[in-house]
Amino acid sequence: MILELLVQGAQMALVLLLAPLLTGFVRTVKARLLRRRGPSILQPYRDLARLLRKEVVLAENASWLFRTTPYLVVAATWVAAALVPTFATGLIFSWTADLIAIIALLASARFFLALAGMDVGTSFGGIGSSREVMIASLAEPAMIMIVFTLALVAGSTQLSTVATVLAGPEVGLRVSLGLALVALVMVAIAENGRIPVDNPATHLELTMVHEAMVLEYSGRHLAMIELAAAIKLLLYVSLIAAVFAPWGIVPAGGGGAGAWAASLLAYAAKLAVGGFLLALFETAIAKMRVFRVPDFLGAALMLGLLGTLLLFVSRSL
Amino acid sequence: MPILVALWCTAALLATAVAAVAIGRHPWGRPLVYGVSLTASMVAGAAALVHLVAPPGGDLTVILPLGLPWLGMHLRLDALAAFFLVVVNLGAFAASLYGIGHGRHEPAPQRVLPFFPAFLAGMTMVVLAADAFTFLLSWEFMSLASWALVMAHHRDAGNSRAGYVYLVMASFGTLALLLACGLLAGPAGGYAFADMRGGGHDATTATLVLVLVLLGAGSKAGLVPLHVWLPLAHPAAPSHVSALMSGVMTKVAVYGFVRIVFDLLGGSPWWSAMIVLAFGGASAVLGVLYALMQTDLKRLLAYSTIENVGIVFIGLGLALAFQSNAMGTAAALAFTAALLHVLNHALFKSLLFLGAGAVLTATGARDVERLGGLIRRMPVTSALFLVGCVAISALPPLNGFVSEWLTFQAVLQSPELPQWGLRIMVPAVGALLALAAALAGACFVRAFGVTFLGRPRSTAAETAREVDRVSLAAMTVLAALCVLAGLLPGVAIDALAPVAEAIVGARMPAQGASAWLTIVPIAESRGSYNGLLVMVFVAGSAAVAALAIHRFGSRATRRAPAWDCGFPVPSPATQYTAGSFSQPIRRVFATLVFRARERVEMPPPGATAPARLTVEWRDPAWDGLYTPFAGLVTAAAERLNRLQYLTIRRYLSLVFASLVGLLLAVALWP
Repeated sequence: MILELLVQGAQMALVLLLAPLLTGFVRTVKARLLRRRGPSILQPYRDLARLLRKEVVLAENASWLFRTTPYLVVAATWVAAALVPTFATGLIFSWTADLIAIIALLASARFFLALAGMDVGTSFGGIGSSREVMIASLAEPAMIMIVFTLALVAGSTQLSTVATVLAGPEVGLRVSLGLALVALVMVAIAENGRIPVDNPATHLELTMVHEAMVLEYSGRHLAMIELAAAIKLLLYVSLIAAVFAPWGIVPAGGGGAGAWAASLLAYAAKLAVGGFLLALFETAIAKMRVFRVPDFLGAALMLGLLGTLLLFVSRSL
Repeated sequence: MPILVALWCTAALLATAVAAVAIGRHPWGRPLVYGVSLTASMVAGAAALVHLVAPPGGDLTVILPLGLPWLGMHLRLDALAAFFLVVVNLGAFAASLYGIGHGRHEPAPQRVLPFFPAFLAGMTMVVLAADAFTFLLSWEFMSLASWALVMAHHRDAGNSRAGYVYLVMASFGTLALLLACGLLAGPAGGYAFADMRGGGHDATTATLVLVLVLLGAGSKAGLVPLHVWLPLAHPAAPSHVSALMSGVMTKVAVYGFVRIVFDLLGGSPWWSAMIVLAFGGASAVLGVLYALMQTDLKRLLAYSTIENVGIVFIGLGLALAFQSNAMGTAAALAFTAALLHVLNHALFKSLLFLGAGAVLTATGARDVERLGGLIRRMPVTSALFLVGCVAISALPPLNGFVSEWLTFQAVLQSPELPQWGLRIMVPAVGALLALAAALAGACFVRAFGVTFLGRPRSTAAETAREVDRVSLAAMTVLAALCVLAGLLPGVAIDALAPVAEAIVGARMPAQGASAWLTIVPIAESRGSYNGLLVMVFVAGSAAVAALAIHRFGSRATRRAPAWDCGFPVPSPATQYTAGSFSQPIRRVFATLVFRARERVEMPPPGATAPARLTVEWRDPAWDGLYTPFAGLVTAAAERLNRLQYLTIRRYLSLVFASLVGLLLAVALWP
């Protein structure tokens, strides 16, 4: 019991501590691919520490909702990330929420962030919120379709069970899983506001979505929002790794010290590969217009639906 | 005996309705009428809850010597009726409490007070009725009482048209139900529900009854495309009546559907589930898309009711599909999900309508484009309205998420269905459900954001005052129940077990037994959810983060003008409006569904005329169905009009010809 609690606590601490590192790693790789030196890989930590020490400049008419949202957003994202298996499955609280609930938790975070964007009453906040909910209105159904595919293959919406089943030998290669992987990568790109959907490095552009929404934030509030964005990126990379590359994860019941060390190393390697691929992809592609995003996400939705339909139909064959 | 308690409460409500005709104008008429309604709904709701949780043995049928002389008035309280009585009386309780405070702003109380208790009594009687005559009579009574309430402000623009459309659609719905009851009774004419239940019905009758009930109950519940009256009528009534109509009366319609299709008809063929699923899926998505186009706060809420009724019917359709294939556990899951959404929607939709009423009282405006910034002027109302928005957007840890999560879990049970049609249809309906849930989130970000956040867009919004404490108390009760039902859904699911047992013949696993109050639809390995722990984790993490930062980081705060990229414009007109907020979604979805078009009129350079952006969209239900139908009726009426100007000779020959025709028909009838 105590040990299980410790493992769960370690998972929560791990996602919190590793998240800025992953963001820094992606930035560094992108800089190197562009033949720049780029900042240190630890720069996100320094940014966070600096923001935490600064005072908050609040807009004069900002309400209590604006001030509480950063904490709610970071908490919801953090809890969601802690429920995704990273280095072990079957943690003590893993049954608290299944994959549908994890997605809904992220939706809660976005709901409040979009409201906060409208709180001060500026045009930038409104444009960001409006576009964010448009993207979400397509990304969420696509994600639910991916969940359906995974749940039908694994017979469960519980992520630990899904990871265990998919790590097993009896699943093999399936068309539906391939479609789900492509759709999941597309959704992950959109949800994290990466190129080609949104540009996390942009400022003062009418094309930006997430950055426009949080334009009025400063100081510790901004730190919370940046941290939440980093955790969300880590969450999606962990999710893809846990479902489609579930190798080396310690199963429920645990293993020896060697198994724990190996699984931690494997997790770090998966994050590194995921971050590298993301940086490579972002460097290679150009950002698309906002009204092309629905086509992009509509494709993800259709792929997810197709994967689910294939599973429904192939049950009787 | 709970049924007698409920009947006495109904009698008290009816007596109050009669008395209110006399005392409606007196200053103490309002507290008296609403006080009696409050007490009656509390007592009846408690009695129904007792019956649901601890069902007593023995016969709970009462036959009163009223109505048709050879039939009597059959009334019965079973698990299904008890659950819907709880829902009706919860809504009635909140609306009555709100009425005590809010009613003082009513310009014409004598038009509201007599009909309010009559409306409550009508809904209670529909649920208790156990023969076709009483059922239809109460159904019509409920419709007419609510029609009178819709017409309470009959001089306001558009309200008389709303009342007219409502009356036509309500008559149509009752006609469909009347025919369905006639078919169920059969040639023997057994109009008591007990007689109908026993009779085996052939496939044609079963199909006809199902279609007729879907038309009759569906038009009252607001299924697309029978919904056209709902967004006109619900907002026209006073706000607490809107809450009752949207939150409760649509649920009574769901009750009518469940009672006739699941209970009286018994089994129905598998493809009937496809019809119900199609109506449900279309209503869920179209309802929320309509809502996203609205700028009238109450009309937006009315359209969102259509969405939620669609979600309920998706659950009912899944339950029908599983039931016709003898998949008891899955049917119980889908049915419980539908009923839980009935309860949840009654809670949060009543809350949101009461909140909209508070905004209307405080500012006099229903158009969100004239509101804004109310979170600073009306802090309590806005916090309570926010709870309703989070709940209706299906976000954890509140209650709306639980019922949609259960519906998703029911969808995941469907690959076991043997029929191909269902197997292709169910995932598509699952996608529609997911789309509706995501769009509902967008819709309520827009509704809350434009109404309560930002800067005030009019003087009325700038000078708004918080509403009275009694109204706030009514909203607080509903918000607390939303939170409670989200954190402890297992209690509600267990309370629904006898209903599912009685109607679909199976029940979900007992939730009280699972550890930490987790809800488990089938088995723990197949998916589980614990709202309480999610809430504790999120609240705990947020508190830890806030405390740690305030302790070790900075806690300094400075107020300054908004940044807005360095160019803040003082006019509140530069904010995003409701129209501009939904523009991306309008471009993605509504160009196809509603043929939405934007037209920009740009004056030539140098001209001083303002540039204009006009958005036009068409309502496919009116364009495709109602306007052509109304045209047909008018054309036919004009043709028949000629019959009014015949000579006596022609009238006589017409009478003779029809007499001969009828005699021939009788003679040739096999």
